Amino acid sequence: MSREDVLVTAEWAEENLGTAGVVFVEVDEDTSAYDGGHIPGAVKIDWRTELQDPVRRDFVDRAGFEKLLSGKGIANDDRVVLYGGNNNWFAAYAYWYFKLYGHDKVQLLDGGRKKWELDGRPLSADAVTREETSYSAKEQDTAIRAFRDEVVEAINAKNLVDVRSPDEFSGKLLAPAHLPQEQAQRGGHIPSAINVPWSKAANEDGTFKSADELRELYSDAGIDEGKATIAYCRIGERSSHTWFALHELLGYSDVKNYDGSWTEYGSLVGVPVETGPGTQ
Amino acid sequence: MTTTVTSDGCGAPEQTAELPAGIDLAKEIVLGGKVTADGAPVGGAYVRLLDASGEFTAEVVSSADGDFRFFAAPGRWTVRALHRTGNGETTVTADGPGLHPVAVTVE
Repeated sequence: MSREDVLVTAEWAEENLGTAGVVFVEVDEDTSAYDGGHIPGAVKIDWRTELQDPVRRDFVDRAGFEKLLSGKGIANDDRVVLYGGNNNWFAAYAYWYFKLYGHDKVQLLDGGRKKWELDGRPLSADAVTREETSYSAKEQDTAIRAFRDEVVEAINAKNLVDVRSPDEFSGKLLAPAHLPQEQAQRGGHIPSAINVPWSKAANEDGTFKSADELRELYSDAGIDEGKATIAYCRIGERSSHTWFALHELLGYSDVKNYDGSWTEYGSLVGVPVETGPGTQ
Repeated sequence: MTTTVTSDGCGAPEQTAELPAGIDLAKEIVLGGKVTADGAPVGGAYVRLLDASGEFTAEVVSSADGDFRFFAAPGRWTVRALHRTGNGETTVTADGPGLHPVAVTVE
């Protein structure tokens, strides 16, 4: 796996806006950015209302994913290029989700919406419609998705990477610093977790760092490439970004994203919690 | 004026000069202000909060009026704005709860 297999540059994207078989998809938690102006021809996916189950705390199921992609006009053999705001957090989440349901040809736009805007590339507010398809998803590939029991079993056994900010890791904050802090769960982190904030994998313009820089970052932090790894954050989207760096860019073989993340773990009764800067 | 605060998500909430309902300034440290260029507000800037060691902490996009806001822990912070027309940054020290005003100029 090389960078070119999983990422496209903004230059490439602009040159391929009208290329048949390439579908640009903007993924955000708040789609008002898309509505105000998006990459020409891109369709939108609303992370909150379209990728999450409306009642239970879980994803849309396989049939729901098929219905969603069919409605967006995405076919099984399309090359899907995902991008979004927040340094591609939700686009990376969607990328992981596409992989979870077995879509092979999916890539991220390196730098996402931020790089596109900082470059001054074109945006369009025109409505985009694509002809409905009949999309067929596979069963979830749980080789890349971790659940809470295996996270508890991974303490002191696997690499646990907490990708939140240091203040969230230590328990000082319960959410990223641009959000209000009133939350139900306890503060802290999973014992034995190593704190490598997701942002260390990204440049200021939102692009991913080079493979050499990433390898050095994670090995210096104490992540053992020979061991299985579980990444988590607060709700699983920042850890999708790190999952992408470890599994897709660096090619570490066994990396899972724990999408339950701290909002689940920090609310569990009877599990160990560590506070402070950690042992690293 | 109504303001949406996303508390179960991680995305950037709408940035407004007015604080959202439910924010207790007696408890929370809020860093807020405007991005400007030549005195005019700059909307659509990527505003990054960096900690005392220069490490990234959070990022929001400034509103059409140039407004941004962060909820932070006590400490010395750098607020850095990126825009296609230029970049700029400023530092602020927040010792305790309340609204700490921050002004960032890009050029």
